[in-house]
Order: sequence, then C-alpha cells, then structure tokens
Amino acid sequence: MTMDFKTVLFYIFSAVLVLSALRVITARNPVHAVLALVLAFFNAAALWMLLHAEFLAIMLVMVYVGAVMVLFLFVVMMLDINIERLRQGFWSYLPLGAVVGLIMVAEMGIILGGRYFGLDVLPAPIEPAAGFSNTKELGRLLFTDFVFPFELVSVVLLVAIIAAVTLTLRQRKDNKAMNPRLQVRVKAADRFRVVKMAAEVEAPAVANESAPAAGQEGSKA
Amino acid sequence: MDTILALIDQNIAPLFGTAWPAVSTTLWTVIKIVCIVGPLLGAVAYLTLAERKVLAWMHVRIGPNRVGPLGLLQPIADGIKLLLKEIVFPTRASKGLYVLGPIMAIAPALAAWAVIPFTDTLVLANIDAGVLYLLSVSSLGIYGVIIAGWASNSKYAFLGAMRAAGQMVSYEVGMGMALITVLMVSGSLNLIDIVEGQRGSTLFSWNWLPLLPMFIVYLVSGVAETCRAPFDVVEGESEIVAGHMVEFSGMSFALFFLAEYANMWLIAAMTTTFFLGGWLSPVSFLPDGFGWFALKSCFIIFLFLWFRATFPRYRYDQIMRLGWKVFVPLCLAWILVVGLWMLSPLNLWK
Repeated sequence: MTMDFKTVLFYIFSAVLVLSALRVITARNPVHAVLALVLAFFNAAALWMLLHAEFLAIMLVMVYVGAVMVLFLFVVMMLDINIERLRQGFWSYLPLGAVVGLIMVAEMGIILGGRYFGLDVLPAPIEPAAGFSNTKELGRLLFTDFVFPFELVSVVLLVAIIAAVTLTLRQRKDNKAMNPRLQVRVKAADRFRVVKMAAEVEAPAVANESAPAAGQEGSKA
Repeated sequence: MDTILALIDQNIAPLFGTAWPAVSTTLWTVIKIVCIVGPLLGAVAYLTLAERKVLAWMHVRIGPNRVGPLGLLQPIADGIKLLLKEIVFPTRASKGLYVLGPIMAIAPALAAWAVIPFTDTLVLANIDAGVLYLLSVSSLGIYGVIIAGWASNSKYAFLGAMRAAGQMVSYEVGMGMALITVLMVSGSLNLIDIVEGQRGSTLFSWNWLPLLPMFIVYLVSGVAETCRAPFDVVEGESEIVAGHMVEFSGMSFALFFLAEYANMWLIAAMTTTFFLGGWLSPVSFLPDGFGWFALKSCFIIFLFLWFRATFPRYRYDQIMRLGWKVFVPLCLAWILVVGLWMLSPLNLWK
C-alpha cells in the first residue's frame, strides 16, 4: 500500500493530536495540561490546513493558541493549585463526564458511519481550484449573504465584553493609580511652593548636650 | 549549475524512484530555508554589534573595538563564549520546559520568515493568507517567554513572564488593528500584492504617508512587541534583573537574545513590507530590488536603536494605557476614516 504525502502528514498530526489530548487529562501538573492543550490546538489547525480550510486553521492558531491560551496559562500559573484536592471529586464528576463523553462518541459515530444515516446522498465537497481563496470567499459570504446574523453576533459579543468589564470594574477607594496625562502635564508650581517666613530663633544651647553623643561614640568603638 | 542539475537527475533521482518529486521538493525547500536562515542569523549576530556601536556613538563613546578590526569579530567572540558556558539548571526547575522555553522563543521568530517577500520573486512561500500567517506565527513567540519564566522556578523570571504575556498580547491587538487599514487599501492578504499595491513613481505613494498614524502605531507597537526600550519592563534590569531569562546561562540564554534580535529584524521587514513599499525603489530612475528592502529594514532597525538611546523606560501601567487606551481607539477611528476615504471621490487606491 502506498500512501501519498498528505496521508502521512494526516497520520502524524492526528497521532500528536490524540496523544496531546490524552496528556491534557492525564497530566498531573495543570500547567503541563494547558501546554498539551496548546499542542492539541496546533495539530487541529494543521489538520484543518490539510482540509483546505487555511483561514480557519490560521485563525485557530492566532486566536486560541496566540491569545486565549496565553491568558489561560497566565491564570493557571498564578493559581496556587493543590493537586490532591483537584483529584478529590473524580467519582462524583464521573457520571456527568461519562454522559458528555458518550454524546460525543455518538455524534462522531453518526458522522463516521454516515452511510447508514443517509449522509451519502450529499455530494462530496468539490476540490477547490488553484486560485481559490478561502479567506476571500468567507469574507464575501459573511458580508453579503449572512450579514444580518454576522452583525447580530458581533453586537452580542460587544454586549458580553461591556458586561464583563462592568462586572469586574470595581474602582477601589484606596486605589493609588496615577493618571499619566495629569502626571505629564504637572508643573513645578503645582507640586512645590516657596513660602516666605521669618527665620526661627535658635534655641539656647544646653550645657550637657554633648554627653550622650560622646557615649554613643564610645559604644561604637 | 545546469550540468550539476543534470548530473543529479541522472544519478540520484533513480535511487528514489517515484518518490523523487516529493524528495526533490523537500530538499529544495530545505536548501531555500538554509539560504534564508543563515544570512538572517548573521544579520542577528551583527545587529548586536551594531546596537553596541550605535549606542556608543550616541553616548559619545567608542564601543567595542578590541576583537578584530573595528571590533568586527566581537559577535563571533560573544557567540563562542556563550557556546562554551555551562547551562545551569535551577533547583526544582521543570527540566523539559526549561529546555523548551528558549527553543519556543526562537522557532517562531525564524518560521515567520517563510512568507516575507524579499523581492517579487524571492520568497520561500508565496501564500494567499500571508498576513494571517505572519500574525499567527509571531503570536506564538510569547510561549517561549512564559514557559521559560514559569519553568525556572524563580520569582523574578515569573514576574518577567507575566509582564511579557500581558504586554505582548496587548500590543498584538494594536498591531493587528493597524494592519487592518493596510489590508483595506490593498484588498489582499498576500504580501507581494500588498507591496505591488504601493507601487507608484516615488516614495510618497507607499502606505506610510496616507496611513501615517497607523504607520506610527505599528512601529511603536512593534517596539513594544519585541520588548525593546522604552518598553523593556519585561526584562527591566533595575527591577527584575533580566525577567524571564534571569536563570538561563550559556547557549540557552543566547537563544533568547537571538530570538529578540531576530524578532527585531522581523518587525523591521514587516514594517518595510506593509508601509515602506518592500523592494520598491523610492525614485523612478533607480531599479527596484532586494537592496531597497535591506536598506529600509536597516533604517527601521536603526530607529529601534535610536529609541533605546533616547527614551527612558515606560512604567508598566503606562505601557498598558498606551496600548489599550490610546492605540486601540485610534486604530478603530482610523479604520472608519480610511473606510470613508475609500468611498469618497478622493480615493487614492482604485
């Protein structure tokens, strides 16, 4: 049996993807788990690239690997995680996890065994022509045929952003943060004032003042 | 050359049989990669010397002048020294990740060069989504810093990594938004098309002039993205010693430096491609060519060094403010302005 180069790549990426996904749930250290998840995302992107979905693949790397997972890692590294306590709830979470897993297996079964569910009546996807630009086609569809759902989604996301900011933005009373603009604009006169006042009269010297000072010097030596 | 190729066809190709096209493509690509990475690493090495020399001249000093004529062998001496140093592993460091950190820092800095067009024909991979590839690959560089900072099991390194994560993610937003205007006017994600879209008779037809505010945003974000002065709190010597690389020594430390300087060249090459017309000649009576690309990149690099000699370091909250409260709103407004401009009769980009 001969395999073409793409098939070899597919098996490499899939194997790494499966192994890193397993590592996500088996790694003892949460930071290692997050890094394994990053590797899994990266390989998923590579698989999408093999499917000619270059825009989705690059976006997965850019958004999930480049930004979301960085912040994830950021948070996981800062948490003081007690590994023993993390493992405590395993049996109580198992039924829910098993249900989710079974649903996913069933869904994959429907796709993979598509010919038993009438999927074979759908035509096979057409092989894109040489000059076909995935990005351009997606952009055209989003801004013409699907412009209304697209705008709706963006408004929903905007609302979510604003809600998240307002929920977390609690201005503390004792916050000492500076406004850099005010700092830059500050003049010497705002901070420093020369006051004219009469000179203080020096207090009369006390006769035995030099005695403690001498004692200190003595103790140092 | 032709005779060599003919010899290869006659003698080596039959050994591989039907697999020969795949093998030869792979070999050619590897040769091309070596041809890009080799000179790039040379440029990186000599950038360290150039930085020290330029800073010295700006400080009215002499700079390194002991090793070789005019100090020209200094980078080689530095490299040999770092190669011979022992790599020390901190106690209870996460060994695997500690080794992976520097590698993750330099790999994206080199991988991004795959799509940079040096001239209209001299490019490793002329892909349609070149801009997206550049953005996504350059956003991976941050993992090197974070992994290194966490794996060293040191508070200084960890603080540096945290600062780096926040800063680099923030400035990627600014850079990406500044690029949106470039994509709008060129109507393409292909880097060669973007450069060709800037073609005109003089240097005033390049994107830097019509999109001047975005050019400045992009350049400043680029300085922040590479964690260079005045945005170098990530490795601020006076506060957290050297940030994520404080525990590293020898070649693993050198890899971070190589990554930083390779990223500087990358930002310079990207700025040249997006805003300064790539390989296009600034005047009509001189031919286009790779020389212009190199010259423009060197100019941007010189700006990096000039900034370092001129500006005092920003405070971390000021960096964040600049990125989120100044650059992002400015970019959003300018995207609108450029959009209206392109719809108006004054549109320059037909």
